[in-house]
Amino acid sequence: MNHLLPWLLLFLPLAVTAANQLVLKRTGLAPIVSVASALATFVLAVMLMGTEGTAAFAWASIGDFHLDIGIKLDALSTGMMLVVTGVGLAVHVFSLAYMKDDEGKARYFTGLSMFMFSMTGIVLADNFIMTFIFWELVGFSSYLLIGHWYQKESAADAAKKAFITNRIGDFGFMIGILMLWGITGHLTFDQMQPGLQAFRAANPSIWVGVVSATVLCIFCGAVGKSAQVPLHVWLPDAMEGPTPVSALIHAATMVAAGVYMLFRVQTTLGTEVFEQLPASDVIAWTGGITALLAALMATQQDDIKRVLAYSTLSQLGYMVMAVGFVAGDAGMFHLFTHAWFKALLFLGSGAVIYACHHEQDIWKMGGLVKKMPLTTLTFAAGCAALIAVPGTSGFFSKELILDAAHKAGSPLFWVGALVAALTPFYMTRLFVVAFLGKHRSENAEHAHEVGPLMLVPLGLLALLALLSGYSFLNRFSPALPEDHSDSIHLNIVSGISLAALLIGVLAGWLLYAGKEKDPVCIPLLRDRFKFDWFYDTILIRYFQNFLAAVIHFFDEFLINGLLVGGLTRCAEGIGNVFRRVQSGNLQAYAFAFGFGVILVIYLTVFI
Amino acid sequence: MLALIVFLPLAAFLAILLGAPARLTAVGAAALNLALALYAAATWHCPCWIFSEPVLAKPAIHLAFGFPDGMSVVMVLLTAIVTLAAVLSGKAPEGRETLYYGSSLLLSGGALGAFAATDLFFFYAFHELALIPTFLMIGILGRGERRAAAWKITIYLGLGSIVLLAGLVWLANLTGTFDMGKMADAGRIDPVAQKGIAGLLIVGFGTLVSLFPFHSWAAPAYASAPAPIAMLHAGVLKKFGLYGLLRLAIPLVPDGLQAWLNPLLLLLLGNILWVGYVTVSQKRLDLMLGNSSVMHMGYIFLAVAALIAFPENPLARSAAIVLMFAHGISIALLFGLADRIERCTGSIDLADLGGLGKSAPALAFMFGIAAMASIGLPGLANFAGEVLVFLAAFKSYDGTSGLGPVQVTCILAIWGVVISAVYMLRAYRNIFQGPAGTLTSSAPDISLTDRIPALLLIIVLLAVGLYPNILLNLLK
Repeated sequence: MNHLLPWLLLFLPLAVTAANQLVLKRTGLAPIVSVASALATFVLAVMLMGTEGTAAFAWASIGDFHLDIGIKLDALSTGMMLVVTGVGLAVHVFSLAYMKDDEGKARYFTGLSMFMFSMTGIVLADNFIMTFIFWELVGFSSYLLIGHWYQKESAADAAKKAFITNRIGDFGFMIGILMLWGITGHLTFDQMQPGLQAFRAANPSIWVGVVSATVLCIFCGAVGKSAQVPLHVWLPDAMEGPTPVSALIHAATMVAAGVYMLFRVQTTLGTEVFEQLPASDVIAWTGGITALLAALMATQQDDIKRVLAYSTLSQLGYMVMAVGFVAGDAGMFHLFTHAWFKALLFLGSGAVIYACHHEQDIWKMGGLVKKMPLTTLTFAAGCAALIAVPGTSGFFSKELILDAAHKAGSPLFWVGALVAALTPFYMTRLFVVAFLGKHRSENAEHAHEVGPLMLVPLGLLALLALLSGYSFLNRFSPALPEDHSDSIHLNIVSGISLAALLIGVLAGWLLYAGKEKDPVCIPLLRDRFKFDWFYDTILIRYFQNFLAAVIHFFDEFLINGLLVGGLTRCAEGIGNVFRRVQSGNLQAYAFAFGFGVILVIYLTVFI
Repeated sequence: MLALIVFLPLAAFLAILLGAPARLTAVGAAALNLALALYAAATWHCPCWIFSEPVLAKPAIHLAFGFPDGMSVVMVLLTAIVTLAAVLSGKAPEGRETLYYGSSLLLSGGALGAFAATDLFFFYAFHELALIPTFLMIGILGRGERRAAAWKITIYLGLGSIVLLAGLVWLANLTGTFDMGKMADAGRIDPVAQKGIAGLLIVGFGTLVSLFPFHSWAAPAYASAPAPIAMLHAGVLKKFGLYGLLRLAIPLVPDGLQAWLNPLLLLLLGNILWVGYVTVSQKRLDLMLGNSSVMHMGYIFLAVAALIAFPENPLARSAAIVLMFAHGISIALLFGLADRIERCTGSIDLADLGGLGKSAPALAFMFGIAAMASIGLPGLANFAGEVLVFLAAFKSYDGTSGLGPVQVTCILAIWGVVISAVYMLRAYRNIFQGPAGTLTSSAPDISLTDRIPALLLIIVLLAVGLYPNILLNLLK
């Protein structure tokens, strides 16, 4: 392994962040420098494809204990870097046009570079503390970018919510890391497996329980970052950020970090271990439930970005489910294809929003196919991949996940199949309402095709969305199941998913073609199953704030008032006596104090 | 040499009393002292730093300073850094420059003396010396209910000091020496006495560090204190109690501390969870910061507890030192900037503010870094300390025998990381984000001269956060 390139890949975006913040933000060069850095990291990621090796330096050393910053290059990390820098580059270029009139442009690009640094760190990390460090930094970058328009109440609230929700997941994550360290004796991925085997041999009766608990704690981190139920609530709100940010962070890369991390743990500890853990079932069910609930919620959203956000949740649920079936490689392949087509869909929605003067309600769009034919074409390609039209990339990867569920004989297979029908349903709804029919607002009427800075990234991503399932591209995937093929076989699984696709598209078309407003209204789905209400009202207002107020009350009146107040009154009594003696000025106090101390010590020690 | 570092602020204090220009003298002395402290950090192994001058023959008391280990170096460095930032940050009320800058220097000199002293008498006396200007400044130049706050802190810390004194005297009596380096030579202290001394030291030192439930003095005092005093006391002087536990209690009465381990674990959880939720319900930034500072002491106590539970645990000791240093810098930065917020908007009430990021972007940026440091964002010093504390608490865990009390405490303590994020981000949201209000829409940004002390502290937070070995190498 060439020792310079990976370090450059990691630290170049940090250097750009610092340069932008310190110097360039005043000069107007910040966007260009950030884009150049994204291009450079993409080239570096391509150059590093196929290389393997590790390199590390001690970051914190105490005696013979070291916390390292280390890089691990293997097929998984280099493949993931390609996804991160590839989508990153597309989003950077797209942002040049999307954000060109924003007054906080320099701050925005600085945030993007900060994000690229943080995400690269997660991907390249060779140990768990480093993963955690960059895991937190990714959350911080996301906080910055969601809150880009911080003067807007909703954006500021969404940024805070994202950070805190992620922190709740990280609470478990940190505990899991500590326990895993205790069990295996190591923090570096490469050294964990021998440690785990030794622990297993020494504790044949309890190892399953202890390791399951540990894995579940670690899984909490993924639940936060990859927005799984019940910590999914931050992701739809995160759509308050600029749309290219949603494409990069909240669709393709950061939210996939949870899946990446889980897969890293799975391969590190051994798939054979995971097959024996009850924790795997919990992971699979969490993913399956998320996939289903999110798909249901997506069917009733009117904001174009929110539909895509729930769709992202749902697809992440698929990936997590795959990890739970110990088919993480299928999950990673879906991560790979999803990154391209979901980034495409988000950037496409960004183009639409930009063209419609920041209108995001699909019911106020309509007829965009005539105004923006090229954008519509690329968006359609993204839809096709997402709803798994045979031959597109999404078809191949989703098929592998459903296959895994089928092989496991789990009822989750049918959950997956249901999601496979819901996905084409809500995407057909979105496409029909926003792009077809007649325009339903001034903004939609005056929309026109976007410029090349936006179209070129869209076009390239559209090609990837359609083709990245085929072997000439899928070999770049971070992981790929061995028995994967890129031809279409008809069997029970593909038969069911084809049927699901047809039912979904047909239902969506019949319900929504030519409609002026939504003919369906399911309040429970519009209210997002009341998750947000429950958290905001019950947990935050009534539980957390009430608890805090009660504790504050007791602190003030019990500890401060009675317990300590009693002592204070005693002391005040003594104080009154002293006050007659003391003049209260500085010198007298100091002198008396020093003298008193000497006297007390002298008397105690020598008499 | 070391005596020079200790007496330089005291000499500058006298010079100011005699009429030297207050601000200039204070800044000059603090800058010179920081240079000396950095030089000391580079060369502390050299015996040239040891200073000893007999004061009293019987009992043998020496005015003695030295660096018995890296911990003293780190504390001296912390004091020097925060002192410079504090005297640069302050803006004395008209006509009170002498008192204002003089007190800061006196506090700094006292803290330096306490951290550098190797004689038990001066270890204690310098700390008491530093408390005097704290009380006076709150009482005379404080804001709001300054008299109540001043009385409270005086009584609390006075009582704490008396309990501490009893413990120290007992210790000196049993070991027969005031030389802190020679106390361990007296042999193992009898277990019953150990238990008594350990209890006195935990309560005594604990009160000085605002250990739950002896914490009520801290938030009102810091809210009332003038900025440099809040910065110096919360950032530096408060760490004296933790320093004392590590310097004296851990090596001299380890068995006694063992007996108090479980109560200590409960109390530190009181700091983190109880005071954490008290912090959540604060409506004013200064009280919130004061409480958050109490809360974060819990993590350093967790490191102390880990050291008590597993004495062969170098991780715990280093973790405590790193976190003391990091917290000192970050809380000083927060108090300094909170003062700027009040000065440029006229309010410190979270409900009054909002949207300040628009009119004061530099202030927002700096406060953001301080807030993120305080909630343990990696890349800033506090994270390095916290993660080492957690690792230290799990040092003895191997999976076979379940979680011990220290690990369970650690797990509950990690929830505090969520609590910190809740109150800190809420404050940031309420002050800097959202639409601008009447107080904030035309508020001036932080002035260029005010940026210097903030940048000094930010650079330190970043340096230690990005590469903790900078600090850890001093402990070798």
